Amino acid sequence: MKPAPFDYVAAASADEAVAALAQHGDEAKLLAGGQSLVPMLNLRLARPSVIVDINPVKALDYLREADGRLHVGALRRQRAVERWAGERLPLLAAALKHVGHVAIRNRGTVVGSVAHADPASELPALLLCLDGEVVARGPKGERVIPGAALFRAPLTTSLAADELVTEARFTLPRPEAGWGFAEVARRHGDFALVGAAALLWLDGGGRAAGARLAFFGVGGTPTRGAAAETTLTGQALSAERIRDAARAAAATLKPEGDIHASARYRQDVAAVLAERVLGEAWTRCRKAP
Amino acid sequence: MTREIRLEVNGQTRVAHIEPRTSLADCLREALDLTGTHVGCEHGVCGACTVLLDGEPVRSCLLLAVQAVGHAVTTVEGLAPSDPAGAGSGLSPLQQAFQDKHGLQCGYCTPGILLTAHAFLRDHPTPTHDEIREMLAGNLCRCTGYHFIVEAVEAAARAAAGHQPA
Amino acid sequence: MGAKLFGASVKRREDPRLLRGEGRFVDDIKLPGMLHAAFVRSPHAHALLRGIRAEAAAARPGVARVFTFAELARWMKPLPLFGAIPPGLAARVDVTMRQVAQLAMARDRVRHVGEIVAMVVADSRALAEDAAELVEVDYEPLPAVVDMIAGGAPGAPLIHPEWGDNVALRFKTGFGDAAAALSAADVRVQERFYVQRYVGMPMETRGVVAQWDPRDGSLTTWNGTQVVHFVQQGLVTALGLPANKIRVIAPDVGGGFGTKATGYPEDLLIPAAAIACRRPVKWTEDRREHMMAAAHARHQVHDIEIGATREGKMLVVRDRICVDLGAYNSWGIVLPYNTVAHLLGPHRVPALDVECRAVVTNKTPNAPYRGAGRPETVYAMDRIVDCLARELRMDPAELRRRNYLAEADMPYEIDIPYRDGNRLVYDSGDFRANLDAALEATGYDRLRAEQAAARSERGILRGIGISGYVEGTAIGPYEGATVRMDASGHAVVATGACSQGQGHETSFAQVAADALGIPLDWVTVVGGDTAAIPFGVGTFASRSAVNAGSSILDAAVKVREKLTAAAAALLEAAPADIEIEDGQAFVRGAPASSVSLERVVRSALPTFAKPGAVTADFEATVYHHQPTVTYTSAVHIAHVEVDPGTGAVRLLRYVVAHDCGRLINPMIVEGQIHGGVAQGVGGGLLEEMVYDEQGQLLTGTFMDYLVPTAMELPPIETVHLEYPSPRNPLGIKGIGEGGAISPPAAIANAVEDALSPFGVRVTRAPLGPDAVRALLVAAEEKKARDAGAGGGRA
Repeated sequence: MKPAPFDYVAAASADEAVAALAQHGDEAKLLAGGQSLVPMLNLRLARPSVIVDINPVKALDYLREADGRLHVGALRRQRAVERWAGERLPLLAAALKHVGHVAIRNRGTVVGSVAHADPASELPALLLCLDGEVVARGPKGERVIPGAALFRAPLTTSLAADELVTEARFTLPRPEAGWGFAEVARRHGDFALVGAAALLWLDGGGRAAGARLAFFGVGGTPTRGAAAETTLTGQALSAERIRDAARAAAATLKPEGDIHASARYRQDVAAVLAERVLGEAWTRCRKAP
Repeated sequence: MTREIRLEVNGQTRVAHIEPRTSLADCLREALDLTGTHVGCEHGVCGACTVLLDGEPVRSCLLLAVQAVGHAVTTVEGLAPSDPAGAGSGLSPLQQAFQDKHGLQCGYCTPGILLTAHAFLRDHPTPTHDEIREMLAGNLCRCTGYHFIVEAVEAAARAAAGHQPA
Repeated sequence: MGAKLFGASVKRREDPRLLRGEGRFVDDIKLPGMLHAAFVRSPHAHALLRGIRAEAAAARPGVARVFTFAELARWMKPLPLFGAIPPGLAARVDVTMRQVAQLAMARDRVRHVGEIVAMVVADSRALAEDAAELVEVDYEPLPAVVDMIAGGAPGAPLIHPEWGDNVALRFKTGFGDAAAALSAADVRVQERFYVQRYVGMPMETRGVVAQWDPRDGSLTTWNGTQVVHFVQQGLVTALGLPANKIRVIAPDVGGGFGTKATGYPEDLLIPAAAIACRRPVKWTEDRREHMMAAAHARHQVHDIEIGATREGKMLVVRDRICVDLGAYNSWGIVLPYNTVAHLLGPHRVPALDVECRAVVTNKTPNAPYRGAGRPETVYAMDRIVDCLARELRMDPAELRRRNYLAEADMPYEIDIPYRDGNRLVYDSGDFRANLDAALEATGYDRLRAEQAAARSERGILRGIGISGYVEGTAIGPYEGATVRMDASGHAVVATGACSQGQGHETSFAQVAADALGIPLDWVTVVGGDTAAIPFGVGTFASRSAVNAGSSILDAAVKVREKLTAAAAALLEAAPADIEIEDGQAFVRGAPASSVSLERVVRSALPTFAKPGAVTADFEATVYHHQPTVTYTSAVHIAHVEVDPGTGAVRLLRYVVAHDCGRLINPMIVEGQIHGGVAQGVGGGLLEEMVYDEQGQLLTGTFMDYLVPTAMELPPIETVHLEYPSPRNPLGIKGIGEGGAISPPAAIANAVEDALSPFGVRVTRAPLGPDAVRALLVAAEEKKARDAGAGGGRA
């Protein structure tokens, strides 16, 4: 199980990486954390003739808070973001705990996971749940792609072959927001059969001022639970209302089955998990001072 | 096709001739004769090939050898206190705990588990049962059922904290 | 002779090298000029081979040779077959059996995905893989046989056309008047149970290195096998060389579990390549190859029925068993007959009626894996026993207590032969005591009370599941050992048993050191090397402690007699007055006479002045004969929690109460149980080799074939009961496999128990969240249907 041969380009800067991508087109693959790409290379499921390694681009190894958002550079490892997020953004920390295992997160990057767009992985869904966007740099410069416009199909995004995602941005929830996260996987660290993440915040009268819900593992892309968000916003909350909202959101999903779970399982359990994460979020925002 | 790289492994500078496609695991084993790093799946799941890169556990099957240039690599061969006589060298306290508690059977997954646990105990000197199990979940063992591995890691933590091993 | 070490949890002597990364596994071996092999394997489940073109591959830089069947034809003798029917069995059971030996490389037909079609040998593994992709093979795909039931029926596509159907083996057996017992039973319960295909999955894949020495026409091959002498015998047959010219070495081996105890094409192909190329050749199986080409296991369907009195006295068991063998029947009667022989287990049942058929399918060939037919049969039996308990509204522990055999029943005969052809007689044990010990360790009554409270007060679904087995261990017919002293007064023990992590270097040394009267450190154990002992069987079937251990004991006793004679001559005393302890010989009652064994040994060597006091022969070889098995037994209890929303099952506790006779090293025994249980939990909850309808393997990586991690397992609580075996001098029984036998049944029983408010019946393993939730959904739908029907079914 050795990769097919390839040429190796160590990019010294983001522009150099973009130039290499532009030069080699579909023949080239970007290497950041490598935790998804290298298994595919070893299995010869991916056979690029050129690997463009951005690990030397230290300028992309950053994390900062600015304008109410978390900005994560393309080289910042998941493990480092997890350490930061523990206090500051516990929803992200909870999600990251489920991304593989520590040794995977020590190499894997947040941006890489988002750009890889595996529909069963946690971080693309978090990008949706946290009203995120990515910054893509191409030969013609930079553009910002909102999360909603990024994911097209399994492992497929709206990025061009010569674009490099330099940064992912997550909106920091308002301090009073509660959060919830849950997934079902066959084993700890495996890709989710079904997963859901939620945010909820209340107005002064105890009504839901806003809600976010995102699913993963239940379709070709991560999916916002828009039906639930609309149903809940502006409403006084109750367990029944949350259950109805969860079911409404899950009913819009179009999952497929595989050897680990049927389509029906995914659809049904999406409703169960949506109810749980919204419930958790509600509990947490009621606890907030 | 091959290129020469210089790696820092277990505190020594080593020279290897490898292809860009050569994994760090294969480089350590084939080019540098450090066969304590084992290869179990080559797709990042089993953890047998875990080494430390700048002190943090990583899958050496998912890292190209060329990517390790400029980083410090620690393998299982670098865990034990070195013995100038070269023979009958000793065991680190963690390794000793694995022998004391029967934390290994065939020994194939053991190097990867030792390195994972070594870094873990540095960051979590007084771990709970659950934390130990979560840490171990990234390394598959097919022989032990993990029971005695958990006990070994606990014993090593206690020993490091100055308590008598139970 | 004192038993100072026997029974002690001595720390393992193999550990320091393994912990320092200084173990030596097959893939660690590097020889000058070594080439690396990669294989072209069939992507089709079933196809005819119409042609192979290898020119492009052979022309690649770095490629030494490409081999197809034609180049290797002279060495393509049939691979070894196992599981012939012994006369004692044939005399009592009418078995129809067909076996076709596999060839190491496909000649004109491939029968499973992963079967070898060509071999490339190159300067590196990567280059060999590059070239293997260029080998062009013309396949004519044929319809694949995937489902064992349909595949065994008339009209299915034929895998071995000369057979006329796909049924490789068929027999019926039993005792008592089952039909009468069934019609007399107050209660009858019947169900079909399905045990999935799951496998040993050692962390080290297989590997072979071979070196041909043209100087003396000898071959040395390092092979990560459990059976060096079987591999040697296969090479003797294929290469036409005498055994002494073929040395097979199993160095450190990273787990076996049966997967490495079968005959494989690569055992022959790599040596053949080394001979043809006149250079050493290495092949290390990658994980993807392992999934599709290393032996698979399990996979049975049972249609089982039990009959009992209203008081729960079991009267009869009837079972119709179908076994999926994969593409070849290499193991003959072993798996099907093991299944039948272990069906009744700890229960007293006066009548048995079994029919068994084994079917070939277009899947990877099956071989015995840790338990070898027993986990499947225990699943069927313990599930139907729980179904009976539910029917009788009796606690499943109580039902078992009423039917389990106890010490007073021993020896107890089940009136069918064992698969070695001998009578099936339980030699010792107390299965009811196992049950009581397990219930007590679990705190069963308290757990039942907690279960009810958790359910009614908090809506938490917890369940308790029990499974018990009796296992014939340590199958013979023999293993051997040579014990000899060296000039330092230390001992070398050589045996045909091979360790894959079981700690032979420690436990065998404990036996030898006690018997010889020397410190543990003075014993070197050599296993897994055909040059160390000419005959051997190997390590599988929970057999090494009994078979090799008994040989070691008997050989060491003989060597001690020789040492005693030499010491008597040296000390001028009667042999009866000589004691040997801690490596010193002395005259009883006169410790000042003490001399080292080194001096004793050297006193036997001739000098110019005089001949040795005795002949310098401090060596003995014993081949222990083990005509039949000795019976290990256990009761396992699983405690689970089920999330009804997601179907997720969490294992809260796992308790084992077992008897494996006397314990050589309790720590090692516990480790064996833990590892077995973990694999059984994998079978109960996670692991399955899945094929699609075309015979394509869908679980080709560790992402899909799910080995349990530390997070899926609880601590494993163990209680030892000791009923010594009367069938060997050490009083021991095998424990290598037992842990793996009961978990799928115990877990299934626990899950069904947890879901008892819904009235579900668990009939399949593994219990992934989808499977569990599907049970709940089906139960709810049935309830809705019944309600919709107006409850008119009074």
